[in-house]
Amino acid sequence: MLLKQIRTLILQETIIEWRLKYAINGILLYLISVIFISYLSFRSQVSSLNPVIWNTLFWIIILFTAVNAVTKSFIQLNRGRLIYYYSIANPAAIILSKVIYNTLLLIGIGLTGLFMYSLVLGNPIDDLLLFIVNLLLGSVGFAGVLTMNSGIASKAANSTTLMAILSFPVILPLLLIIIRISKNALEGLDWSASYGPITYLCAIDIIVITISTILFPYIWRS
Amino acid sequence: MAKLTFDLKNNWWKLIAVILVLYTVIGGFLIKVPRIAIVQESVRNQFFHVSMWFSMMILLTTSLIFSIRYLSKSKTKFDLLAEEFAYMGIILGILGLATGSIWARFTWGAWWVNDAKLNGAAICMLIYLAYVILRNSIEDEIQRARIAAVYNIFAWSTLLPLLYILPRLTDSLHPGSGGNPGFNIYDLDNNLRLVFYPSIIGWTLLGLWIIQLRVRVKELKSKLEDIS
Repeated sequence: MLLKQIRTLILQETIIEWRLKYAINGILLYLISVIFISYLSFRSQVSSLNPVIWNTLFWIIILFTAVNAVTKSFIQLNRGRLIYYYSIANPAAIILSKVIYNTLLLIGIGLTGLFMYSLVLGNPIDDLLLFIVNLLLGSVGFAGVLTMNSGIASKAANSTTLMAILSFPVILPLLLIIIRISKNALEGLDWSASYGPITYLCAIDIIVITISTILFPYIWRS
Repeated sequence: MAKLTFDLKNNWWKLIAVILVLYTVIGGFLIKVPRIAIVQESVRNQFFHVSMWFSMMILLTTSLIFSIRYLSKSKTKFDLLAEEFAYMGIILGILGLATGSIWARFTWGAWWVNDAKLNGAAICMLIYLAYVILRNSIEDEIQRARIAAVYNIFAWSTLLPLLYILPRLTDSLHPGSGGNPGFNIYDLDNNLRLVFYPSIIGWTLLGLWIIQLRVRVKELKSKLEDIS
């Protein structure tokens, strides 16, 4: 029952997104513009860009794009649709479908970002597989935290600012672990060096999603 | 002239708070402390910085418990308590940061160093300041209580990995981790212990007292609003 609801909701979300292409196109353009701005700002040093800077800049770009992409999950829902969802669906199904949809969206953003970013700023990644695994796990965590915070912020005044204020400190531990793993991927360290951080990353993902599912009904009710 | 009376039966813990804080300040500066290289006399900061941080964790965790109870019972009182415990936790956290910063200036030579534990502390403060802003930006009282409780629980559970997992992944300058000189809380000198544990209780009780006063003022104010 729950699974069926989740599937329907994800499908419906995707269809709406597909019909109103402006939202997803806007995010993609945002991503590409930011990457291009970074490229132009670094122009003279692109060839000698330090891998640490490359790494940090990449994740910060992804973070900001992710915040912008996920913000709309609840904030831009109009009242009519909210009431409609409220009357037909289980809150757990709603939050899980949003988290899964946003995870897919962020994976898409991450991969597009990686492609564009390496195109203009070079690609010093040594272990691409580890980098992609990290990207996938990171997207799950980002989607969990940001979707939940979008739900919280949508209930308050000046929600866009609030979204950033609430999310950044909460997302920081996640970001630090992700940057650490991707540094390992950049340097091509053996996977055994990354097992610890990967375990923590999975643990945080699980904590975030479990807690979101437990707490979301309380936001939803109001 | 009104006679000053002290209701010992209900307020004994306030007396203990005063005694313990006085004991911390006087004892903390006067007792003999072990000589540790570099740290030297600054080890006394443990009675302020470390114990304030401990009692901040106690208060923030209590705030979390009240938030959970609010979500299950929906009593306004629990929300008020969760709010005040969080505020007091923030104050102790800021004091902890300040005392730590002063200590760092004289031991490490800088007010702030890039270290997992310090950054964790700063992020912890950011999270709770965001909690305050969230509370202020919701008009409706019931909605505010519920959303704030949700954020409190959510933030607290992501704080855990930040404070207890991340520092373990990196080497830290901070005392108590790695092989640097400092006070490891597990092998404290007995003399230090004599002041350290009471100081945690002292700061926590003092915090409780302030919370009690603030909660009373707020309750009276809301009663006044109901009457008028």
